[in-house]
Amino acid sequence: MDPPSTRPDQLIDDELGQGAIADSTGVDAASIAADSPAAAASAVRTPWSEFWRKFKKQHVAVIAGCFVLLLVLLAVVAPWLVPYDAENFFDYDSLNALPSVKHWFGVDPLGRDIFSRILMGSRISLTAGFFSVAVGAIVGTAMGLVAGYYESWADRIIMRICDVLFAFPGILLAIGIVAILGGGMFNVIIAVAIFSIPTFARLVRGNTLALKHLTYVEAARSIGASDWTIVLRHIFPGTIAAVVVYFSLRIGTSIITAASLSFIGMGAQPPTPEWGAMLNEARADMMTSPHVALFPSLAIFLTVLAFNLLGDGLRDALDPKIEQK
Amino acid sequence: MLQYLLKRLLGLIPTLALVAVLVFLFVHLLPGDPARLAAGPDATPETVALVRQDLGLDKSLPEQFVRFASGVVRGDFGRSLRTKRPVSTEIAERFAPTFWLTVWSMAWSVVIGMGIGVVSAVWRNRWPDRLGMALAVSGISFPAFALGMLLMQIFSVQLRWLPTVGADTWRHYILPSLTLGAAVAAIMARFTRSSFVDILHEDYVRTARAKGLPESRVVLKHGLRNALIPVVTMMGLQFGFLLGGSIVVEVVFNWPGMGRLLVDAVDMRDYPVIQGLVLLFSLQFVLINLIVDVLYAVINPAIRYR
Repeated sequence: MDPPSTRPDQLIDDELGQGAIADSTGVDAASIAADSPAAAASAVRTPWSEFWRKFKKQHVAVIAGCFVLLLVLLAVVAPWLVPYDAENFFDYDSLNALPSVKHWFGVDPLGRDIFSRILMGSRISLTAGFFSVAVGAIVGTAMGLVAGYYESWADRIIMRICDVLFAFPGILLAIGIVAILGGGMFNVIIAVAIFSIPTFARLVRGNTLALKHLTYVEAARSIGASDWTIVLRHIFPGTIAAVVVYFSLRIGTSIITAASLSFIGMGAQPPTPEWGAMLNEARADMMTSPHVALFPSLAIFLTVLAFNLLGDGLRDALDPKIEQK
Repeated sequence: MLQYLLKRLLGLIPTLALVAVLVFLFVHLLPGDPARLAAGPDATPETVALVRQDLGLDKSLPEQFVRFASGVVRGDFGRSLRTKRPVSTEIAERFAPTFWLTVWSMAWSVVIGMGIGVVSAVWRNRWPDRLGMALAVSGISFPAFALGMLLMQIFSVQLRWLPTVGADTWRHYILPSLTLGAAVAAIMARFTRSSFVDILHEDYVRTARAKGLPESRVVLKHGLRNALIPVVTMMGLQFGFLLGGSIVVEVVFNWPGMGRLLVDAVDMRDYPVIQGLVLLFSLQFVLINLIVDVLYAVINPAIRYR
């Protein structure tokens, strides 16, 4: 367990050191730009360039982001990359073998190559994490915009739905949904998506309530812009920053939830190389071959850690409150 | 205060009613015929019809709901399809182990989490902070089931210090509660740190320092008490996380609690048990949130009479 525990230490070192510097320079640069518009004209400041300027100073988050990109790339090309078939190749001569040149992560008790299985599993976990949060974010954002903009009965109904969804502790809702729809990864994605909805709805509703009373929204309304235009063109962009931060942090949680469901036998079923399901299979042979459990654990940990560090970095770069301090 | 409590209790009723409707509909949304399931795989059509009548499934939906709701109010959730015992008995036997597991996890994770958070905030951007926050981000990224397996492998299998499964003595509680509490401790640490950093910038903290109070007193008396307000709220939210997390941890440690019962019930498609457990879990969650809100009002006089 040494490599993963020393690594975040160093990453965090960088993050905090750089974060402090970024804060102070950020304020200076902003005030200079405000004082002399001519100086600022040379480098046009779009929200995007502003974000990038702050984000790239957070070395940990940049490294985490690169790691995420690498993972996505690996997941995409995994079928051409795997040395052995993840489900149907059995090396009976090296059952339970420890990591070697032939089998990088060793062999499981059934003779399957763990490296190939981890690699193929990344496709499942990343897909589950991304799509469940994407569905939750889209539905939740739409609900939050409607609730915050129209208030009155639409708000009451939508927030009541959120209260009810919130009344089920996280994974329980997912288990309930899986119990209704049946197991399998697709249903797990739907279940995790549903329990992501209320958090996004509340987040966006709060932002919408704050934004809709601002002068520029009032100006848009006074020139006769339709509700549709105001919500989509003027309010929605203001909520994107919060949604993006939450999106990244939520992917980590969703990957863990999806893996947990597979671990307790309600998600992906063996022999699917899903990381949680792999750990569940490895449980029976912990006494004789603990290395079989090690690699799926590390895979989940590093993936989720990368998304969490990326999310922390995005939050620091996008949250205007940070700079004031 | 009493008025506030009453108002909050009344506010729960619509939410709980909707939860009850959802849980009731749950059985009717399930694929397949619950009566056929209850009767068993090789029952004759007559038996199925009898069971359907017995379960009240031949009545209209509203009638069935009234029957279900009045049963729930009296604590009657029906009988388990698997053991044929009342669901309330099944759950009652499993309640205590889960309850104590959750309480122990919460207790130690709050103490450790707040400790790490305060230390990180006081020594901000120095090595205790970096170490603490590195631990914290690892804590929220490590899945509970993997942590449970790791701890069991080290402390029970290799070192043989602690028992592996079961819930008989206090020694059985150590590993499961550590596993369950790790993520919560991590979240508490991050949260305490950020709220403490804010507080250390407040005017009253500067005043306390200016009048010459020792730093330990400034931190513990002026800082900690004010930092408690957001932390208590966070505790409430995390209780829900613990209730959910206990399901997974109980599977790892073969814990005789409600989470394990739920997983077994889903495996066996034992719908009355699932129904009862889901209802109980969400009731607990909603009540805990209420208690937290009341505690919040006790700690923070500013919102008391709203």
